[in-house]
Amino acid sequence: MAKQSKKKLLSKMIIYGIGTVILYVLLLTNQDLVNQKFTLGGFYALLPIGTAFIFSFIHGNFTSYFWTVIGIEAKKRREIK
Amino acid sequence: MHDITQTVSNFVDLNWMNMTYLFLVGFIGGLVSGFIGSGGAFVLTPGMMSMGVPGLVAVASNMCHKFPKALVGAIKRAKYGQVDIKLGLIMGASAEAGVLIGAQIQENIKRSFGDAGSNLYVSVAFVVVLAIVGGFVLGDAFKSKKNTQIEVEEEEVTRIAKWIQSINIPGTMIYFRSLNAKVSVLFTIPLGFATGMLAATIAVGGFIGVPSMIYLLGAPSLMASATELVIAFVMGMGGSFKYALHGLVDIRLAMIILAGSLFGIQLGAIGTTYVKGYMIKLVMGTIMVIVLFSRALMIPVYLSQLNLISHLGETMVKILKASSFAIMVLALLFGGLMVLGALVKGIKEEKRLEKGLSVT
Repeated sequence: MAKQSKKKLLSKMIIYGIGTVILYVLLLTNQDLVNQKFTLGGFYALLPIGTAFIFSFIHGNFTSYFWTVIGIEAKKRREIK
Repeated sequence: MHDITQTVSNFVDLNWMNMTYLFLVGFIGGLVSGFIGSGGAFVLTPGMMSMGVPGLVAVASNMCHKFPKALVGAIKRAKYGQVDIKLGLIMGASAEAGVLIGAQIQENIKRSFGDAGSNLYVSVAFVVVLAIVGGFVLGDAFKSKKNTQIEVEEEEVTRIAKWIQSINIPGTMIYFRSLNAKVSVLFTIPLGFATGMLAATIAVGGFIGVPSMIYLLGAPSLMASATELVIAFVMGMGGSFKYALHGLVDIRLAMIILAGSLFGIQLGAIGTTYVKGYMIKLVMGTIMVIVLFSRALMIPVYLSQLNLISHLGETMVKILKASSFAIMVLALLFGGLMVLGALVKGIKEEKRLEKGLSVT
């Protein structure tokens, strides 16, 4: 892999990593508020569902870049003849 | 459900021990489900309950980590060309109906026979399904392994799948790319439904979903396990929403499990690119058979609670419960190790091959 693209991957990993940390800090430092609002039911059901989507996007990207950066990647397809 | 909502307004306190435990189990569960399409729930739900989380909240929170995890896994595996979105969505929608009916049956059993009756039903379902399907999958995995060793690349489509593919019911035929054939939705709908029923009963619908796609519809194992992630996403999101409407999701628990499981699911998905189809069957069959023993141990406990057999002593019950949970954890750990082993072996071989290519 070219050097530059490795750098790019690393910076993307760091950006998504920071995003992930922010999300988890926000969640864990506001537990009382979260427990209270997220469990009201009805229309408030969108809160936990929306949270799950946001976390999966940010943290999902972070984990994807994480494994790529440390060198664990999918098998490359090559034509065997 | 409203009474329960009130009692759970005070969710458990999270400490570092609990969080580390959830993160790790999430990671291994993710690793396995990235590979075989599902798994982890059978350890996570009882694990959360042992922390003092009420049963329904444990189920709801587990589900709320499952759907985003399945989404991330499905996207990853779609990049490798392993996902049949159409099949996943059609089976997912019918699985949703299966979940609703399955949950209704559970409630009726609980009302008529109490907790012990409902637990017995769940355990019997576990044992019967896992014995039949798990035994078959594992047996076939060994057979496929032999075939692979004599360089047969393609997995063979079963006779029953060929028969299902040959039936033409006008107006219901849909082309599925994983099968490379048209199949009537009148076949896929009951399979999805059964997947949902099982998910509502034992929390792991994939134990029916994946084998049915492989053996009854004729999908390759790698595509079946990847497509299961789409089914799990559809089913999990519908279920989570239903629970969230009643305020039963503890989002903190769900997101901590997700923190670990997203690391795992990426790794499990990467692992699938290094293996042949039989490896999926081998991991799935092994987990199913080990879990079967775990649940079988609990049957005497529930039978005695229902006074159907002579009363078991308290120590005996404790021993059975602890062994059952330990075996379940072992099943997940073993599955995780098999996935990691396959990944490490695959990467090593790839590096060796790359070196060889660069030399020549």
